[in-house]
Amino acid sequence: MTPNDNRSSIEKEYASLREEAKLRLKRLRETGQPNIYIGMATCGRAAGAIETKEAFEESLFKRDIQARIIPVGCMGHCYAEPLVLIEQSGFPTICYHQVTPGKARILVQNFLEGGDPCLEYVLGAMQPNDMLPCVTDFPRFGMEKRVVMEHCGLIDPDDICQYIARGGYAALVKALKMQPEEIIAQIKTSGLRGRGGAGFPTWKKWTIAREANSDRKIVICNADEGDPGAYMDRTILESNPHQVLEGLAICALAVGAEQGIFYIRAEYPLAVEKINNAIKAAREKHLLGPNILGSGFSLEISLFQGSGAFVCGEETALIKSIQGERGMPQVRPPFPALKGVWEFPTVINNVKTLASIPPIIRKGANWYAKIGTEKSSGTAIFSVVGDVVHPGLVEIPMGTTLRELIYDVCGGIPGRKKFKAVQIGGPSGGCLSEQFLDWPIDFDSLSEAGAMMGSGGMVVMNDESCMVEVARYFLDFTQKESCGKCTFCRIGTKHLLDILEAITKGEGTERDLELLQILSEDVKAGSLCGLGKTAPNPVLTTLRFFREEYEAHVFEKRCPAVMCRSLIAYYIDLDKCARGCDACMGSCPVDAIFTTKDRKKSIDQSKCVKCGECVSACPPEYDAVRKVSPPDRIPPEIVPQMEG
Amino acid sequence: MDKNANIVNLIVDGKEIKASEGANLLRVCLDNEIYVPNLCYLKEMEHPPASCRLCFVAIEGYPQPVTSCTEVVREGMVVMTDTPEVRRLQKSAFELLLSVRRISFCKTCIANKRCGLQKIARFLGVKLRVAHLNRIDVDREVDHTHPYLDYDPDKCVLCERCIFVCGNINKTPMLSLAHRGLNTSVTFFESAAILENSCKGCGACVEICPVGALTLKSHNKVTG
Repeated sequence: MTPNDNRSSIEKEYASLREEAKLRLKRLRETGQPNIYIGMATCGRAAGAIETKEAFEESLFKRDIQARIIPVGCMGHCYAEPLVLIEQSGFPTICYHQVTPGKARILVQNFLEGGDPCLEYVLGAMQPNDMLPCVTDFPRFGMEKRVVMEHCGLIDPDDICQYIARGGYAALVKALKMQPEEIIAQIKTSGLRGRGGAGFPTWKKWTIAREANSDRKIVICNADEGDPGAYMDRTILESNPHQVLEGLAICALAVGAEQGIFYIRAEYPLAVEKINNAIKAAREKHLLGPNILGSGFSLEISLFQGSGAFVCGEETALIKSIQGERGMPQVRPPFPALKGVWEFPTVINNVKTLASIPPIIRKGANWYAKIGTEKSSGTAIFSVVGDVVHPGLVEIPMGTTLRELIYDVCGGIPGRKKFKAVQIGGPSGGCLSEQFLDWPIDFDSLSEAGAMMGSGGMVVMNDESCMVEVARYFLDFTQKESCGKCTFCRIGTKHLLDILEAITKGEGTERDLELLQILSEDVKAGSLCGLGKTAPNPVLTTLRFFREEYEAHVFEKRCPAVMCRSLIAYYIDLDKCARGCDACMGSCPVDAIFTTKDRKKSIDQSKCVKCGECVSACPPEYDAVRKVSPPDRIPPEIVPQMEG
Repeated sequence: MDKNANIVNLIVDGKEIKASEGANLLRVCLDNEIYVPNLCYLKEMEHPPASCRLCFVAIEGYPQPVTSCTEVVREGMVVMTDTPEVRRLQKSAFELLLSVRRISFCKTCIANKRCGLQKIARFLGVKLRVAHLNRIDVDREVDHTHPYLDYDPDKCVLCERCIFVCGNINKTPMLSLAHRGLNTSVTFFESAAILENSCKGCGACVEICPVGALTLKSHNKVTG
């Protein structure tokens, strides 16, 4: 067979797959039945999507309505979960938010049966129309640029046809007709940089492995996502596993590998299930396995479950883990692209990197290179959590400023509170203050600011967050996750944590502040792997941008955010406290609240454990519980006078 | 020096040195009587673990000190083993190692007077009792499960030398690292029955331990 015959046969095989997939979907729509799409990724399930699905099923059965329920992945709108899309003839596709089982029953009764689309539950329509506002009119939808997450939350991850019908695997078909060098050249033109955190140019990694002299090469998808508050990789794997699979296949084709491995942490059982299903489905369609679409290229993909050590996300530790050894980082060189798993050249790419590959190949490198900035092309995916109105997964073009992301896309800080800091890049990243809000988000400017792109965790904090406590939290994490191999990370992070703990307890000294700085610099300069080298970043950035908070803790024994338990006290404002109300009293776990002579309440400071339960218990119309730091700032007139 | 390899010229602390191309920089320094503190390196190692973080040197053209055990010599390399930056990192790492130890143990320790830590302390001019760091108490018990060995995790510096020499002799080492973070320690897989059959009690691991964390049971019986 000549190459041309080969090419046309690949085309032919794919065209028939595409036809079949389209036909199947068409048939689904033709029946005239409404389609109900329910977001059933881990996040949706946590918000109650399983109960919502059951309510739909039960209600449809009871009212004898024919409708199809299609479980889909996640669109990334965490604030709106459980999210439901309903396709009903005569209406645009409507997106409903926070669909509880109760709302599900009402939607079946009023919308599917009665024809009233229940405007009060609507988030928006998915397409522009005359009836309802479209979701893209909202900045949370409209300002995003979906490349990697284009299909997430819109297709059933277990149905390969839905991906193929939307143009899935066309990139693989295109790549099969290209020379490996051409594929790598495309990736180079696109400017794609590794989305795992460091931003290493993807094409360089591939070229090293491509040129390595070995009869066996391996490609790995790194899905060992472990940063606290980050869940981009999980959502992508659960919502559109085929796009990652396709990316991995193209990667294998480019570097000349016939073996691929998904390294997914065992804490992601749903992602593991979806990837296993996807591998099986792709094999059945000859998009994976021996002689893919008759092209002569073969690829076997397996799945390896990591046991949850944070450090195994580091390439060399991941390799050790796959080999069945203790997951500990190794000295580089040799780089994995030359000597990786079982000494074979190994390319390890992050989920988001691989999921970016199919759109690049399909739509062209120049199209991708135009998105984002010159040195950081493409989109960035962040899981924005913390004090924002619309938390969730956001995919934005690189170069968007932090202000646009936090205030426009994510709706700003709730409750008329003030922005204080944003923590970017997880335990390896840093806390940036207000002065950085107008900085563009890209690999280089974030590193320059002292933070890090990281894998995409972003925690927004309002003025009620104590920055010393934030640093302590992250050090507690890295200290526990240290593999114990090298001195600086094993022992140095523990000393850092101890000092931070002392400061949050009001036991810190001026000497501690100095030691914190010196030790952080040493751990950063002296550690063996990326985990240790970046572990002091939360300390260094908070020391730099929020030094006055450290000094308040040390010199005034005061926590400016009124958060550190040892440095605060609660008291009850007697002017606001309502006579006879004892809501707080019942909530106190240690009986520290007593009734004063005029039947109001007061707190016995010697008993109070500062849990804050009374703050939540006090009815908002009274709002009488006050928090102060340092504890001796309780007004002197609040002298507790026992009843009788 | 390997006779078949190309010879390269480098300068360490102003001293001109000839070495085989591709040789380990730490090894070359030590062979030429230039001492660089180290605990985890053995000259037989192809890939040193680089875990003790003591053998820092400054190399011209590098932005900051690097561990010499992970560098190979190159023609024209200029190395300094005694810059303030190098000493700062070495002292910092060394004091961290000391901060998890009980110095009062020294008197009764089998390694007293020949301990790797005492040697480095003398070289760096660092006191064994670190004043500016609080002592971290990990307080773990001596592991007596092995038929021939005792292991004191509080003395161990986790240099992995014992694991390396055991692997050299037995192909698969009969010791391994376990646990994470500060609790990391050497373990014998917790099965005396297996060990009795596989470990011959050759004592190579005890011999190589720089700090007396591994001891033969017979020794402990004699000295109490």
